[in-house]
Amino acid sequence: MTPVLQTVRLTHRYSEGTPFERVALDSVDFSAQRGEFIAVIGHTGSGKSTFIQHLNGLLKPSSGSVLFDGKDVHSSKEFARQVRFRVGLLFQYPEYQLFEETVYRDIAFGPRNMKLKDDEVDERVREAADFVGLEESMLEKSPFDLSGGQKRRVAIAGVIAMRPEVLILDEPTAGLDPGGREELMENIIRYHDGGKRTVIYITHSMEDAARTAQRIVVFNHGHIAMDGAPKAVFRRGFELIQMGIIVPQITRVMMRLRELGLDVDDSVYTVDQAIAALRAGKGGGGHA
Amino acid sequence: MLRDITLGQYYPGDTLIHRLDPRTKLVLTMVYIVALFTAIVYAGYALVFLFLAVSILISRIRLKSILSGLKPLIVIVLITGILNLFYTKGEHLLVHFWRISIYWEGVETAVFMALRIMLLIAGTLLLTYTTSPLQLTDGLESLLNPLKKIHVPVHELAMMMSIALRFIPTLIEETDKIMSAQRARGADFETGGLIAKAKALLPLLIPLFVSAFRRADELATAMESRCYHGGEGRTRMKQLRMARRDWAALAVGVLLLALVILFRRLGI
Ligand SMILES: Nc1ncnc2c1ncn2[C@@H]1O[C@H](COP(=O)(O)OP(=O)(O)OP(=O)(O)O)[C@@H](O)[C@H]1O
Ligand SMILES: [Mg+2]
Repeated sequence: MTPVLQTVRLTHRYSEGTPFERVALDSVDFSAQRGEFIAVIGHTGSGKSTFIQHLNGLLKPSSGSVLFDGKDVHSSKEFARQVRFRVGLLFQYPEYQLFEETVYRDIAFGPRNMKLKDDEVDERVREAADFVGLEESMLEKSPFDLSGGQKRRVAIAGVIAMRPEVLILDEPTAGLDPGGREELMENIIRYHDGGKRTVIYITHSMEDAARTAQRIVVFNHGHIAMDGAPKAVFRRGFELIQMGIIVPQITRVMMRLRELGLDVDDSVYTVDQAIAALRAGKGGGGHA
Repeated sequence: MLRDITLGQYYPGDTLIHRLDPRTKLVLTMVYIVALFTAIVYAGYALVFLFLAVSILISRIRLKSILSGLKPLIVIVLITGILNLFYTKGEHLLVHFWRISIYWEGVETAVFMALRIMLLIAGTLLLTYTTSPLQLTDGLESLLNPLKKIHVPVHELAMMMSIALRFIPTLIEETDKIMSAQRARGADFETGGLIAKAKALLPLLIPLFVSAFRRADELATAMESRCYHGGEGRTRMKQLRMARRDWAALAVGVLLLALVILFRRLGI
């Protein structure tokens, strides 16, 4: 099957040709199939944001290419514009991009740019607002009068209203309270719709990544260092820590137990899994 | 991208020029400009040019950076050149057609004027390339200190300047970010007529202003909570000190000016 998104030896240099030149991505090969739910993690400055901005054609590769449905995103201006709408991208701290007089008009900005008819725009705006849990009464308010969490929802609704086939989010839960995080993650999972749509999201929380994603991609200094199922990634907990990634507490506990000689599975990331692993490990015994 | 604009950008380094006291560099730049405007023809210009060239060489700033800083001025240089070319009257007629006559003197003036503008900008570029904005404002404040006697708020002006300078990159970065975010929602900043383009700027400008005001507010609060209360009795962590190399550099500057004045007297 043709992957919905693919990068081939994708390299990106910022400020090319100046003394500030800096390689942010170095020959990254990646592909995502339709319906996947992928979490991207990596230390600060590892190139995650740079990477995802290539996926909808916002940034142009210094070398290498980005393919959508097997076709080069930058093959024509028209296609590049199409890809913008089919791959929805939500930036880090998206609440700072709100600008319209009302919430309604801000959510409608994307669909209007798609040149949809008025009633289609209206339908999408209401649907998206409902999807992120914004009440009808909010739609006529100024986005600047909302709380931080509400602003975030408006921004997300603004992307969802374009009904992108692939939804990409850059640290969507950063700065939200635990309740807000939970709700947002649920929304994202709902948008994924059991595999009808593709979701890629950046997170700093290994817990979130492990809990929701089917696949984790780990960035390290502009390279993809690991790429696989959560279990497989967690099995390399020590390397993760060396890359400056914070692994869940419970994983660290299990890693330490293993270090002390207890023969347990340390590729776990929830307490329940840990209990199960400990039960299974019992009797197998160590020599500590 | 937007962030690549270089005008007035600081290129960190550790050369003699970088290490000079900012006050020395400010004074030298002024001396250089005076010398530039004192020079009339060949020998004077050659000397000023030599001074700049040697300074650039010592600073290890790449010629490319200087040239790219000059690029935005091409139009001004050309217009000045052309105006001088057509409007200077002289004795040696070169070309005459219709109602336009070009004299040799006109050619000379045009070339020297163009050179003067470029040398002027290149010199100031070198100053900002080798001096961090913070040093620059510190130097200015220190040089302007005597004006405090006549109640010019020197410290406040310098503080405002350093804050403004400090936030230019931040605002550029912010602009970049908001532009990308709106592009991701299909905003189009490039195509369309003048009105369409102006309208397309709204989704960029509104969030930018909102965030600039937010930042200003936060900064004011942060300064106040650290008991900032203006220049009165304020001391510095990094004191400006003139070293031997500063006096030597200033001596070179004085020599440059003296020679240029001499050349002017001699008319060369
Ligand atoms: N616009 C830019 N201009 C110059 N350098 C940049 C720019 N954006 C990012 N960089 C640099 O590129 C590298 C990768 O940055 P990127 O924003 O992709 O990291 P990240 O993984 O998203 O980090 P974070 O987790 O902090 O968001 C960093 O070293 C950063 O300093
Ligand atoms: Mg980032």
